[in-house]
Amino acid sequence: MASTSKTAALEAPALVVRGVGKRFGEREAVKDVSFDVARGELLAIIGPNGAGKTTLLTILAGIRTPDGGTVEQQGPNADKRIGWVPQHTAVYAKLTVAQNLRLFARLEKVSDLEGTVQRMLEQTALAERADDELGSLSGGNRQRVNIAVGLLADPPVLLLDEPSGALDPRQRQRLWGFITALTERGTSVVFATHDIAEAERHADRVLVLADGELLFNGSPAGLHTLAGAAEHEDMEQAFVRFLAAQGH
Amino acid sequence: MRWMLLKDLQILWRSKLLLGLLIVYPIAIATLMGFALSSGPEKPRVAFLNQVPENRSTIRLGDKKIDADTYTDKLFTAIDRVDVESREEALEKVRSGAVLSALIVPPDFTTKLSNSGLSAASVEVIYNGDALKQSFVRSTVSSKLAEADAALAKEINGLASGYIDVILNGGKIEIIGASFDILGLKESKRRLDSVMKASPDARTRRLVQPVQDFATIGVANADRFKDVLNTVEKPVAVKETVLSGRRTPLDAFAIAVAVTVSLMFVCVLLASGLLALEREENTFTRLARGLVPGGQLIGEKIVLAAACAFAVTLVMLMGVSAFVPLDWGRSGLWVLALAVGALAFSALGVAIGSLAREVRAASLLAFLLSLPLAFLALVPSGGVSPLLYDIIQVISAVFPFKPSLDAINRAVNDTGPSIAQSMAHLAALIVFFGVAARAGLKRFA
Repeated sequence: MASTSKTAALEAPALVVRGVGKRFGEREAVKDVSFDVARGELLAIIGPNGAGKTTLLTILAGIRTPDGGTVEQQGPNADKRIGWVPQHTAVYAKLTVAQNLRLFARLEKVSDLEGTVQRMLEQTALAERADDELGSLSGGNRQRVNIAVGLLADPPVLLLDEPSGALDPRQRQRLWGFITALTERGTSVVFATHDIAEAERHADRVLVLADGELLFNGSPAGLHTLAGAAEHEDMEQAFVRFLAAQGH
Repeated sequence: MRWMLLKDLQILWRSKLLLGLLIVYPIAIATLMGFALSSGPEKPRVAFLNQVPENRSTIRLGDKKIDADTYTDKLFTAIDRVDVESREEALEKVRSGAVLSALIVPPDFTTKLSNSGLSAASVEVIYNGDALKQSFVRSTVSSKLAEADAALAKEINGLASGYIDVILNGGKIEIIGASFDILGLKESKRRLDSVMKASPDARTRRLVQPVQDFATIGVANADRFKDVLNTVEKPVAVKETVLSGRRTPLDAFAIAVAVTVSLMFVCVLLASGLLALEREENTFTRLARGLVPGGQLIGEKIVLAAACAFAVTLVMLMGVSAFVPLDWGRSGLWVLALAVGALAFSALGVAIGSLAREVRAASLLAFLLSLPLAFLALVPSGGVSPLLYDIIQVISAVFPFKPSLDAINRAVNDTGPSIAQSMAHLAALIVFFGVAARAGLKRFA
């Protein structure tokens, strides 16, 4: 649930997405999607498998070029690159934790290289394993490094694709605490997830995507209401009911 | 088990590119290699220029005549003769690869055989290409020349044996048109024996005795003269001319081949693996956000793989030079040829890596592609039919092995005037494969 302290920041957009579309051959993966992301907002993109969530995120990250539409950063630090944390660990298994952080910090042209690396090691609680090869770490620890790499350049907007998938409940809790702290400092966070309960618990706003189409853009409570779900029905049930009502 | 088999077949069917490569590529390469190995021309094509005037086409030995065709007919039972009008035309055909080599019989061929002794006559064999081709020429054309030589030697020996028979047994012999009666060694000995039996005086006996001994030794050893004649097997010398560069010993060429093959494998495997690793580790999506532009990523892999392979092969050359003398004065050219060749092989490697997208698949594809292409590049012109050779030439030109081998061979063995042409060829291939790899990166995200 969004904290009230963020209300003012939420009004200023950090990312403006207009009419974005992407086609792979005959299949239209993303259809004319438009939305804004406010500064310090935590936005969840939810949807069934194949809805186009990852494609949309890769377009926002600048990895894929959309067939149509625009993605524009606004506000302070709009010239800084959008941060990206892919679903699967995207770091070098044969390098150590510190070497990975140092490499990506250099590529991101971070000014205080060693200071930033040290800060990320502390934030991810991996300082003691700084000299261990990535390949020797557990899935959860690798994912922490994966997220840390996305945060190295202190991006104004951070995109995460299924960030908590490989984490145990304790690590997941720590991750969301970390992300919430980021949004309180003004970083906008957009994450794609299958976990509807997680979206309800942490997101200020949710986008529902199905077959590449944006079906809903609003608060989790708004989705619950729109779906016509009963009081006792949870968010996941409301989500399924909503998709069925929309013909998906 | 059958369900697993069905599953695997379904997976293979879905991987159309891999399936296509696994089926079509080996068939195509096997067909080419099969043709190259088994259906070469039965007779190597050799340009032939006979400069002997028609009225002097006969070899005259004493009162006997041997037609020069005795020599050439034997030769052309095993060689596909391509008649040419001039030496220039012969050189052009060799240069273009239309014929394996050229054979030129000089105008004085029959005159020299007739008048100047057996060793003075010669024919010229002209060829081009690397040591492998030179070796092929020697093992085909030169061996046929040796057979023709032997046939001519047999004719000459027959004539000479006739003369020995006349000297031994007596008879008529013609010299410069005049006919002489020869008594013969046997009759001479018989008559001398009669004279000595008639008890001549001491002075006559002293004078005749050495002549009688000479006749005795001559009669006893006449057959050995024929044996000696049989050892004269090469009445015609073969002058070998290499069109460009110089003759390269096969072992020197083998060094160039070994270095090029090593260069190829290190570059292709390393470059393809390094690029495919970026996708396998999922790091490509991070880099593709503008951290490292695609062109830079490709360039970095090419340069790294090329630098490693360059160092390995340079050390290899230096090690080889401890056993086989190499011209260190040309080491600047070695470095240039190795460096540009390494860049071209690495560019091919990244193209393979961008196509395969997985390290293991990239390694497999690199092996599948490299080995047969290296083999094809070593097929000499004239060793296969002209059409097949043209196809092989086109395929070889699209991959870096042949131009790299040419450049390294010329740099190490001084076999050609310049390596500039190979360098330009390799530079074009670097650009071609670099662009192909860049296009392949679009499938990485």
